[in-house]
Amino acid sequence: MEEKYTGKSIFKGVAIGRIMIYGKKEQPVKREKIEDTDAEVRRYEAAKEKAIADLGELYEDAVKKVGKDNAEIFNVHAMLLQDDDFNDSIHNMIESQKVNAEYAAAVTGENFSKMFAEMDDDYFKARSADMKDIAERLVKVLSGREDKTVFDQPVIIAADDLMPSETVQLDKDKVIAFVTRYGSSNSHTAILARTMNIPALINIPVDPSWDGQMAIVDGHTGTLYLDPEASTLAEEQKKLDQDLEQRRLLQELKGKPNVTLDGREINLFANIGGPKDLVSVLQNDAGGIGLFRSEFLYIGRDELPTEEEQFQAYKQVAETMAGRLVVIRTLDIGADKKADYLHLEPEANPALGFRAIRICLTRPEIFRTQLRALFRASAFGNIAIMYPMITSLEEIRQIREIADSVKKELDDAGVPYKKDIQQGIMIETPAAAIMTDVLAPEVDFFSIGTNDLTQYTLAMDRQNDKLDAFYQPHHPAILRLIQTTIENGHKGGAWVGICGELGADTTLTETFIQMGVDELSVSPAMVLPVREAIRKSHAKRV
Amino acid sequence: MKTFKYMITDPVGIHARPAGNLVAEVKKYASKITITNAAGKSAPAGKLIQLMGLGVKQGEEITVTVEGEDEDTAATAIENYLKANL
Repeated sequence: MEEKYTGKSIFKGVAIGRIMIYGKKEQPVKREKIEDTDAEVRRYEAAKEKAIADLGELYEDAVKKVGKDNAEIFNVHAMLLQDDDFNDSIHNMIESQKVNAEYAAAVTGENFSKMFAEMDDDYFKARSADMKDIAERLVKVLSGREDKTVFDQPVIIAADDLMPSETVQLDKDKVIAFVTRYGSSNSHTAILARTMNIPALINIPVDPSWDGQMAIVDGHTGTLYLDPEASTLAEEQKKLDQDLEQRRLLQELKGKPNVTLDGREINLFANIGGPKDLVSVLQNDAGGIGLFRSEFLYIGRDELPTEEEQFQAYKQVAETMAGRLVVIRTLDIGADKKADYLHLEPEANPALGFRAIRICLTRPEIFRTQLRALFRASAFGNIAIMYPMITSLEEIRQIREIADSVKKELDDAGVPYKKDIQQGIMIETPAAAIMTDVLAPEVDFFSIGTNDLTQYTLAMDRQNDKLDAFYQPHHPAILRLIQTTIENGHKGGAWVGICGELGADTTLTETFIQMGVDELSVSPAMVLPVREAIRKSHAKRV
Repeated sequence: MKTFKYMITDPVGIHARPAGNLVAEVKKYASKITITNAAGKSAPAGKLIQLMGLGVKQGEEITVTVEGEDEDTAATAIENYLKANL
């Protein structure tokens, strides 16, 4: 019977394998009466010296396996073992209570561990495991115990909690996931999982009876499946394959330039819907943001977002991207999207209706607030502004007029902004695509929105499945419009990108490059596959 | 006796590794060196566990008091260490 547990994921990924319950093999420490306390203190001191020497070796070993930063924990443990208070407590217990050194060390470790566990800061809380760990190390040396855990097949390590020294001593090649009951995102297990690039879950009620069972750890959803059914297994295997493919791409392609075989470099950016997507932008190594949809600020609320709210959101993204280009698209909302406070009337044909720039030019107060926020945020990074649903030169002139008056307002008030901020338009209506020769000199860039451009050019609603037989995503009319847009853009001094779904279609990457495209903006997960396609392409037709 | 204040800039606060090195630094001097956190709790700067027990975070101002025959050299050295590492 499949069982399912949900915990908190501290590292993404999927692992399929058998569970190994990682017990601390902790034998209860016995309290014994000691006659010769001086000899016991000497025995303790010798054990301490040995423990410190062991830690030195572990440090050297860990530097090789997990790097200097993660290995540092062993140096810290060695310092903790030399702490006066810790040692005074142990000496004092041996002398005044006449107990054995094992017992004194275990109780002292427990006491200091509690002290850290009660602190309110996560980092300091996590130090309670360190205190237990050093005490256990002492007990091990004192009682002459050795434990080396060896396993002959890949395992999912499950435990109540893992101590730093245990995690480093694990055989890295054989561990495919961690599952623990306790721990935090700051714990060593978490750090180690990140370093090793394997999934890890915490807050799972680990039970010793799970030892040896087949299981799946899904770090994307935070789920542990015990004894999974065939259908779950198949589904998760698919996710695992995707992860492996992504990891392969990362290893091969992270940090590599987006350059064709014959040496042409393409800008490869990511499309995002809000600041929460920034992590995946950075993880997937995108060179910038080619489409930042600003709708998330407007949807799912009762009133328009204030200038300050918008400013903070744009500033955060600009700062996180640290000087790399962030193209923010102004409000692209219409009757089909929920924003009741705008009181948009229902329309028979929302795709062809009152939306995007048409709302902004009709209600300039909404537009001005967004532009002020964008200009102000431009002082904190490399922001560009992109206007959606353009059909004519007149619209661009109107936009320019409003933007210039907003700039003047800011100048008069002495508010800083990027004076040479780039402004561009989406090419997503056939009208705009056909008029690109006239539009190009007015803007800094074009970004082709292939989803709308396709549906408007072919007059086909992509949501309507009855049209599947007629729908040609690579219709020559679309490709011709893209070619025209790129050529006219370049003639008029505007760079040209593609931010629609076609931009991520790797069967077209080489075609687009040969057409002369300057930039492709795709969902974060597609950045590396497209980079791979660029690196296999020729920019010149052979 | 010499006293100075210092604002912690390290994102994790007075955490294990720099604290350990601070203890080693402090032990080079004969002076009694005490660190007091913003809440007024004090710890001897030569005792690692107590020092970490103060739970000093980023942005918190600590007060360092140095008392003893080498207090001038010690205070300068400790202040320099804090500036460079915490």
